[in-house]
Amino acid sequence: MAVSQLVGAKIHRREDPRLITGHGRYTDDLAHSGVLHMAVVRSPHAHARIKSIGVEAAKKAPGVVAVYTAQDFNGVIAGPATHPVAPVFAPEKKANPPRYPIAKEEVCYQGEPVAVVIAEERYQAADGAQLVDVEYEPLPAVMDIEEALKPGSPKAHLDQPDNIAWDATYVPWEATDEAFKNAEVVVKQRILQNRLSPNPMESRVVMAEYDEFDKRLTMWMSTQNPHWIRLFVAGALGLGEHAVRVISHDVGGGFGSKISPYPEDYLVPASAKLTGRAVKWTETRTEAMQNAYAGRGQIYDVEVAAKKDGTLLGMRLTQMLDAGAYIGTFGAFQTCACLLAGGAYKWQAISSRSVAVLTNKITTDPYRGAGRPEATHVAERMVDLVAHEIGMDPAEIRRKNFVKKEEFPYTQNFGLVMDSGDYDGTLDKALKLAGYDQLRKEQEDERKKGKHIGIGLSTWIEICGLGPGAVTGPATGGVVLSESAQVKIHPAGGVSVYVGTHNHGQGNDTTHAQIAADALGVPIDSIDIRHGDTNEGPGFGYGTYGSRSLAVGGVAIARACAKVVDKGKKIAAHVLEAAEDDIVFDQGKFHVKGAPEKSKAMGEVAFAAYGQLPSGMEQGLEAVAYYEPPNFVWPFGAHVCVVEVDTDTGNVELKKYVAVDDCGNIINPMIVDGQLHGGIVQSIGQALYEEMVYDDESGQLRSATFLDYAMPTANEVPDIELDRTITPSPTNELGVKGIGEAGTIAATAAIINAVVDALSPFGIKHVDMPATPDRLWKQIQGAHAMSHDGKEARK
Amino acid sequence: MKHKVATTINGRKHEHEVEPRLLLVHYIRDVAGLTGTHIGCDTSQCGACTILVDGKAVKSCTMFAVQAEGRQLTTIEGMAKDGQLHPLQQAFWDEHGLQCGYCTPGFIMAAAYLLSQNPNPTEDEIRRGLEGNLCRCTGYVNIIKSVKAAAAAMGGAQAKPAGRSAVTAGGE
Amino acid sequence: MIPAAFEYARASSVDEAVKLLDQFGDEAKVLAGGHSLIPLMRLRLAQPKALVDINGIKGLDHIEAKGSKLHIGALARHFDIQNSDVVKDKLPILAEVASEVGDNQVRNMGTIGGVLAHADAAGDYPTIALILDADIVTNKRTIAAKDFFQDLFTTPLAANEIVTEVVFPVADGPHKYIKFRRRLFDWAIVGAAAQKMNGGWRIGLTNVGPTPVRASAVEEALHNGAKPDEAALHASDGLNPSGDLRASPEYKKHLARVLTRRAIEQAK
Repeated sequence: MAVSQLVGAKIHRREDPRLITGHGRYTDDLAHSGVLHMAVVRSPHAHARIKSIGVEAAKKAPGVVAVYTAQDFNGVIAGPATHPVAPVFAPEKKANPPRYPIAKEEVCYQGEPVAVVIAEERYQAADGAQLVDVEYEPLPAVMDIEEALKPGSPKAHLDQPDNIAWDATYVPWEATDEAFKNAEVVVKQRILQNRLSPNPMESRVVMAEYDEFDKRLTMWMSTQNPHWIRLFVAGALGLGEHAVRVISHDVGGGFGSKISPYPEDYLVPASAKLTGRAVKWTETRTEAMQNAYAGRGQIYDVEVAAKKDGTLLGMRLTQMLDAGAYIGTFGAFQTCACLLAGGAYKWQAISSRSVAVLTNKITTDPYRGAGRPEATHVAERMVDLVAHEIGMDPAEIRRKNFVKKEEFPYTQNFGLVMDSGDYDGTLDKALKLAGYDQLRKEQEDERKKGKHIGIGLSTWIEICGLGPGAVTGPATGGVVLSESAQVKIHPAGGVSVYVGTHNHGQGNDTTHAQIAADALGVPIDSIDIRHGDTNEGPGFGYGTYGSRSLAVGGVAIARACAKVVDKGKKIAAHVLEAAEDDIVFDQGKFHVKGAPEKSKAMGEVAFAAYGQLPSGMEQGLEAVAYYEPPNFVWPFGAHVCVVEVDTDTGNVELKKYVAVDDCGNIINPMIVDGQLHGGIVQSIGQALYEEMVYDDESGQLRSATFLDYAMPTANEVPDIELDRTITPSPTNELGVKGIGEAGTIAATAAIINAVVDALSPFGIKHVDMPATPDRLWKQIQGAHAMSHDGKEARK
Repeated sequence: MKHKVATTINGRKHEHEVEPRLLLVHYIRDVAGLTGTHIGCDTSQCGACTILVDGKAVKSCTMFAVQAEGRQLTTIEGMAKDGQLHPLQQAFWDEHGLQCGYCTPGFIMAAAYLLSQNPNPTEDEIRRGLEGNLCRCTGYVNIIKSVKAAAAAMGGAQAKPAGRSAVTAGGE
Repeated sequence: MIPAAFEYARASSVDEAVKLLDQFGDEAKVLAGGHSLIPLMRLRLAQPKALVDINGIKGLDHIEAKGSKLHIGALARHFDIQNSDVVKDKLPILAEVASEVGDNQVRNMGTIGGVLAHADAAGDYPTIALILDADIVTNKRTIAAKDFFQDLFTTPLAANEIVTEVVFPVADGPHKYIKFRRRLFDWAIVGAAAQKMNGGWRIGLTNVGPTPVRASAVEEALHNGAKPDEAALHASDGLNPSGDLRASPEYKKHLARVLTRRAIEQAK
């Protein structure tokens, strides 16, 4: 392999010039002659029966071309729109209500499509939608997941026997009997995971054109995985995949919310087919707040058994998951929290169970981290609770229970093999960087002055790089989450690399080019990374989510490049008149072993590849590789957060944030740091600011704008100090892991542990998210009422 | 009834008949064809649609096109001049101030306004100056760095050529 | 989202604006900064039949000190008020309040007249106008602030009445406005204003009821020699705030007390 030149370097992002000058190609930016615009008429009710739909007034409105309701799509869209996957390892599944892109008789969440209006202009479609007259009979809405499980609860779907989507036990309770029998300390805690709205800054956009004569459908849309959309839409519209082209140019963020298919992904192409013209739909933020697949929305009941010396023994965990009105296509991925809640620690045994509940809210689905932030939050909160109970320093209890560097690969309680790690290493470095001992002293001094400083740790781990077929195959109904890449070297040496992943901010166009440039030994400027067009590249691409673009996609690129180099050796042997076995490839040149002066550059070999070759050798210099990882990869790190809580108002100020992370070998440090910044701040959002709030009775979303759904601005985030260690992954030849979700997985625990630590003088042991001022104030008031310590602390 | 609206966008005159309700951002994107200005919300919070109107930053989703009559507008497409990136654009590139890029035009325009008012802002002033813009990718850390770097570049070496090698470091 | 269709007319004088409003009738609205109105229109929560754009009226954006009064034109933008040397000199609390309305982009467009006429419970200017006994001048009359904020989004303005000016007393003594909110650009969860004036304190609260509140009990306690922390306990006297996503009624009442104390203590 070539000596590494670009891998590991801070390379400016190749995608930036168009984006910083206003020349990006987001789907709504694309002009298309004669395009019609679609507006969606949505249910204002969380749960209702549709009694009638009056479309006449809308049809007569200026510019309106068509108004369609469910019956109009009969024969155009087939079957349930989405294909829910089974929970990973889940032996039992109860109810999977069929979902159609447009409601027929019953609407089950606020925002469910009821009709679409197609008009010549965007504004006319909006006017037409206002004129569609739908009569509803409101039904009781199921909003609370615990209430929904009670006998006699109203049902989220009239035709389902109850509200249980699944009830899966991974390891039964008996398995932890011994651990709890031997326990000297048992701590119990209920931990809430607030429901979150993903909110990529670009909401979704779908445009489609159907060519009646060639029977070809072209879709332009904002998605994280165009090939999956092609698979779903082709099936639903009765077209072969060869006849469907999905193009996804620039995408303004995804965070998981642009993985699974949505109703409009079917309604737009079906409307294009019905009208015979191109149709475009641009989601408004209000629609996105209601309808984008939400994240989290879970309750964890957790119990931990430990010894007084801090040795962790056993954990029992029940996840109650708000599935929403329909099970998300990849919603079951969130159950991975049940397999990962042991975190970075060694346990005798862990029992866990996941109960998913149908409610009359929008579906939950993977949102940045998906199950892993929840697992970290459980592990890190519970370890802190044990430490508090036995009076041990939170750093010390972690060290005591870590899986040690020399114990990797380590098979954890659920049989998953953690590939590599040095958990002590990141913790030590983070504590040093943060000045932990000094911080503890300052905390003590400040407390005496009545100031409430808190220090929180999160020694997080992550499983990513989805993923090995043995695990992912059963979870998707048979499609293994490998990744594909195709490398073509053109006659004059230009290189096109087609990847099955998708870049929507991760910088893959740059990091993937770095990998290819090194593997092929060619200048980065001669490489074009192409993604987001299903008519190009290999037969299937798996998309970008689960921190997989590098650890799976990057390896596929490296392997496709290796195949090209192998072919190049054959050609070089021919050109250099040497035996193939004597050809060495080094730094972009093929030379004869022992005679580096007798060499041909990749470009020369490429030209030769299209010329006359010995019989039996095919022309061309290109290759396809599919890479199925043998295991997941396991990034990890240690975060330290310092907060000050104003106990008079409940306001939390983030004073300091330090993160030392390890994602194996680094391709581009600038991009790694950027991913961490963003992930951590998204986690600050969850910990302190964001929550989807619904009205319990009506089921209306109350947090429906960016005023009420409070994502942090530049003013609410602290300086974030980053450092790293590098522990290469043994799972793949690049030694890489993933970093896209790490910050989000790590940070809520560090922040909330810090808040709890600040409030510990009040006897407060746990705080739920978001830790808003009113919530904290109320908790402090409660603590005042209960404890004398509180009064002391307040002075 | 349609109204005439005549504006200058990035130095070029535009004149159209528009409905009064046409939002300025839709005018810029759909009528003038300048799609670099984006829309991220319905309620004037996200700032993705920020442009300069007579040199002042405004959210073009919260203004009607008819209100732009006779005004000078600057959008992201008007920032690079003669093939040279504006120092803010260069700084966002250098400092990795963007990821998905969707909010970026709004941030650059808001930052351009900030620097026009305060050429040498402190970090806190930068944060405050960007309070009307939301980014979901970067965590703002590198956006703040970018604005700092641009301020330095504009103050110190305004005439410096914008071009820069793509590779700035050989490793960590 | 997209507003419903409406008629549009630009007025070049107050008289012309009034004529246009008469012509369009009850369902017309005045368009000033538009930062409350346009989002409501985009959500179609407001669907006025016509907008009368007053932004082109000359002479409505003045900021002038005349004797013991500060006259601010209805079209003065938050940006102008925040940066006005006259305001900073004669009524510095108003410049501070202006600097905390919305964000830079909002402050470049939003007007003081628009905020007053909109009469949102979370508006900051109304609190200052109320506690300082400002006068709100329209094309028809002068209305004392205490008579102006009648209820949530409710003022005595007639359909064809336009706020032209607000007249504050000059007050350059110790002052502080604390706008407690989660993010810098947010509306106040609760706001508390303290202004020393003519030897006494004026204390006001934002967003603890449908209208701004003058905390007379606190003023009285301070007048009678109570210390700030004792006096501030009266800030929640008689309050009956409604809860919202950010705060329960109890929490708002608590904040009223805490922020009032802090505003008095931090006033300078």
